[in-house]
Amino acid sequence: MKKIVVLAKQVPDTANVTGDAMKEDGTVNRAALPAIFNPEDLNALEMALTIKDKIAGEVIVISMGPPKAVEILKHSLYMGADRVMLITDRKFAAADTLATSYVLAETVKKIGNVDLVLAGRQAIDGDTAQVGPQVADKIGFNQVTYVSNLKEFTDEYLIVERDGEVQTEVIKTAYPVLLTVTAEANTPRYPNCRKMLHYFRADLKDNFRKDELSVAEENDWIIPTCTMDDLGLEEDRCGLKGSPTKVHKIKSIMLKGGDLKMYGTEATDIKQLVRDIMKDYVEVN
Amino acid sequence: MKSVVFIEKNPVSNQLRNVSLELTHKAYTLSNPLGGEVLGIFTGDLLPENSDELFQFGMSRLLYYTDERLAHLHSIAYKHILEAMIRSEAPDIVLFGATHTGRDIAPLIASSLKTGLTADCTQLYIDEYKDKGKILYQMRPAFGGNILATIITPDHRPMMASVREGVMLLPEERLNFPVKTEAFPIDFDELWIKSEFLGIVPKVKKVDFNSANIIVSGGAGVGSEENFRLIRELARALGGEVGASRAAVDFGFVEKDHQVGQTGSVVRPKLYIACGISGQIQHRAGMEESQRIIAINKDPEAPIFGIAHMGIVGDLNEIIPVMLRYLKEEG
Ligand SMILES: Cc1cc2nc3c(=O)[nH]c(=O)nc-3n(C[C@H](O)[C@H](O)[C@H](O)COP(=O)(O)OP(=O)(O)OC[C@H]3O[C@@H](n4cnc5c(N)ncnc54)[C@H](O)[C@@H]3O)c2cc1C
Ligand SMILES: Nc1ncnc2c1ncn2[C@@H]1O[C@H](COP(=O)(O)O)[C@@H](O)[C@H]1O
Repeated sequence: MKKIVVLAKQVPDTANVTGDAMKEDGTVNRAALPAIFNPEDLNALEMALTIKDKIAGEVIVISMGPPKAVEILKHSLYMGADRVMLITDRKFAAADTLATSYVLAETVKKIGNVDLVLAGRQAIDGDTAQVGPQVADKIGFNQVTYVSNLKEFTDEYLIVERDGEVQTEVIKTAYPVLLTVTAEANTPRYPNCRKMLHYFRADLKDNFRKDELSVAEENDWIIPTCTMDDLGLEEDRCGLKGSPTKVHKIKSIMLKGGDLKMYGTEATDIKQLVRDIMKDYVEVN
Repeated sequence: MKSVVFIEKNPVSNQLRNVSLELTHKAYTLSNPLGGEVLGIFTGDLLPENSDELFQFGMSRLLYYTDERLAHLHSIAYKHILEAMIRSEAPDIVLFGATHTGRDIAPLIASSLKTGLTADCTQLYIDEYKDKGKILYQMRPAFGGNILATIITPDHRPMMASVREGVMLLPEERLNFPVKTEAFPIDFDELWIKSEFLGIVPKVKKVDFNSANIIVSGGAGVGSEENFRLIRELARALGGEVGASRAAVDFGFVEKDHQVGQTGSVVRPKLYIACGISGQIQHRAGMEESQRIIAINKDPEAPIFGIAHMGIVGDLNEIIPVMLRYLKEEG
């Protein structure tokens, strides 16, 4: 029986950035971007469920974010998570990786007796890959980053493959440990239909009418939240205040637009292009 | 303005990784004008064979702790050792290569030191900031490369940043600093070793972008694995390397090792020929610093033409064979 925590983040879908995603002043218009489950966090969740399916365990998905992030927690329930928790507070806004990892680490400590923490390798909005290791540091766990394959696992240990860039490393580690998981590691499962029907109505407590609450409670539809005070956190270490890095300036990326020499598609034009390439770049012996 | 650079070697070849040289030089350009020195910090089983080269790029001293138990990346041990080195020197700036090793350890250290770490910077410079004096300005793409953010760490020291390999340029000229390596004393704690390395499988590196003067890249517009042969042939005829967009890799036209861009390699050849590549921001992030860019694309509105120096609007399947023919004639 293993207690497994998955760290999951809702991110803007940066792959589908359209015209109105950028505001006039060059900042990002988050409202115009669809929000999705950070792709590699789905791989982390899949790994957690794989382990649970085989050696029994409890999978708890936690996310720090605004109330809207409840969407990915519902999705986690559809996939088979046992419990989810939204860590939300206005005071968490504008957190960098240090402040984010503080909040997540304290949550993991509060959950208690955790054997395994799984995070995505990186979130596609910032691509920093820092939150996982920084949580490991704060909870005092061993870590293996860039896990590209879960080879073997028992109650006592895990054997994983790590993408070491120039080599693949086969690593055995005991619990407790934090792994950051890459997209290569597995294929996330589809939501389970039965669970989807059941948790379809799951939501934050505030979003239920008073007279619905008892039914919601009976059905386990209420997604628990945790605030800064609930976790007993130091305000100075949360959000903007707790973030050593500050965004000084942001600009949207414009094309440089250089001197562009166009060639036609006639044979003679292509011949000229080849000549120009040869002249400058190909060493003729 | 004192800088510390994390020095890393290729565990297979035992040679310095290029990024260590690139960052040493970058740190030198940041620190030297302000009278600061650049230190290297290294841990592992053995010093890199060519570690003396660091002193040609502006390093003053290299601190190291070697121990055969550290042949592999034991994150916790590496963290304790490197953190002790950083604390003993109290630098203003710490730079890490954004490699799979750097990205494993740098966040641990930043967490322990309770300071800021800016990942994957593409530009670093020093300037005044309000009443804080001179600080490090760290520019990095964010939001999938759609914006460029300037990040600062005004109130904490050290100011930490990581940079990907190939992003900072090496200078032409070499310095001649005396080689000065210093063993750093550590009370090694066996408990820092928490993982067991059961095996190492070297990845066969099929692609060498670093030494290629010319890169011919194909994108989704190539259309099929079969057509991708044209890209390979053009690369071969020009003595260049084969690159690809992520779309070409996702469609299975070519292996992932060839991918150029934000999640692929950052390349900077003398000549980059983009065939059937639209030039999305994530692709440009890996190639726009190329000295010359040729775009072949049938859509005259493709963003790639916005950064290209030479271009042809047309079907690559018709154009490349003609190019190959003339290359044979001329060559
Ligand atoms: C987090 C993230 C990371 C990413 N990282 C990378 C990365 O590292 N590298 C990368 O490349 N992408 C990356 N992408 C994907 C990127 O956004 C684009 O989807 C990708 O670069 C598009 O590849 P493409 O230009 O080949 O395809 P497309 O955008 O589909 O363009 C194909 C082009 O080919 C042209 N064409 C079609 N047929 C022909 C023909 N017969 N002759 C000539 N031209 C033709 C078309 O006009 C078009 O311009 C990333 C995306 C995300 C979200
Ligand atoms: N706000 C958050 N809530 C939960 N998990 C997070 C959050 N931010 C980051 N993570 C986790 O940390 C990983 C790395 O994020 P990043 O350092 O932002 O690239 C993500 O893939 C998530 O698993």
